[in-house]
Amino acid sequence: MRPRRHNLPCPIHSPFFWRSGGRPRALTGIAPETLTAICRSFLVGLLLGLSLAAAEAQFPISRESLLNKQAPEFTRRDLKGASIDLHSFRGKIVLLNFWATWCGPCEVEMPIFAGWQNQYGPQGLQVIGISMDDDPALARKLAAKLKLNYPVAMGDEKLGELYGGVLGLPLTYLIDKNGVVRAKIQGETAPKTIEAQIKALLIQR
Amino acid sequence: MKFTFHRLAGMIAILAVVVLSHPRLHAQFGGPPSPDSAFSIPIAQLIQPEELSRILQAKSPERPLILQVGSRMLFAQAHITGSEYAGAGAQPEGLNQLKARVSALPRKTFIVLYCGCCPWNRCPNIGAAFNLLHQMGFTNVKALYLADNLGTDWVDKGYPVERGQ
Repeated sequence: MRPRRHNLPCPIHSPFFWRSGGRPRALTGIAPETLTAICRSFLVGLLLGLSLAAAEAQFPISRESLLNKQAPEFTRRDLKGASIDLHSFRGKIVLLNFWATWCGPCEVEMPIFAGWQNQYGPQGLQVIGISMDDDPALARKLAAKLKLNYPVAMGDEKLGELYGGVLGLPLTYLIDKNGVVRAKIQGETAPKTIEAQIKALLIQR
Repeated sequence: MKFTFHRLAGMIAILAVVVLSHPRLHAQFGGPPSPDSAFSIPIAQLIQPEELSRILQAKSPERPLILQVGSRMLFAQAHITGSEYAGAGAQPEGLNQLKARVSALPRKTFIVLYCGCCPWNRCPNIGAAFNLLHQMGFTNVKALYLADNLGTDWVDKGYPVERGQ
């Protein structure tokens, strides 16, 4: 059988190898059929990858409710460099608060959360702040100004998407001792309402 | 006696002025809006989500330039299909970015601004961005009225949305 000439325009080797008679000199040890198959697989993979990326950009984010479902796990470094692993807070009630420096109501809420951390911390409450600021320096400055006594980490779009899209602030989740989401508090809410929910969760076994 | 009463009344009045003028209390109890608050945008210049969605779906030649003037992180999670990120209106750098984006455009260009970072009455971005375009002489600018936020008032309603930078 006469070997087929390798003449498929190939993005893998054409930029790197000098062609001789339609066949790359550096790949002379490889059968043309094998080389063609490799190139075809690469091109198919490339096209598939590009179409998936385009589909993802068009695909709407999941806004499915997290209520009564396991809270999505995450690990982050806080603003002081310590590790925050949501899983490590099993056995505690977690108040997970998404905030940003440009969010007026967030600035009103956070000192209240710091007060609860003092008051209910010994009973098992852990407040975690996630700043959705684009600039960590701004978050660091406000966290210092408000003297926050709980860990604060920077969020990103991945974490936002995990939590159903953080598309408006403030947004707070209450997670029970088993890591299950028990409340979602979107927008401005009377602190007493949130506090009542925390108290109820703290007495649950 | 009378002197003591007057002095006490004066002290209470000064205390009240100091306390009520604190910006955080304004945020909490809704004091007078700042010149760049969302309330500075005339009602006639607002566009409702349903109306914008209709314009986008009609694919008419009157399609506006849609600019998000809030948080980049929120934009990356979800934004109105075809919209561009143009910098946070509350930050001077953000306003510079917006200015650079529109400076070469004809002043009659149909532009829709939106933010949706927080409830309308708390948004620090949309008013400043709108006022900038008004000062630059743009005559066909609308601000998208998102009462609560982009998630509730746009994404959850099923209007066209995409994600990415």
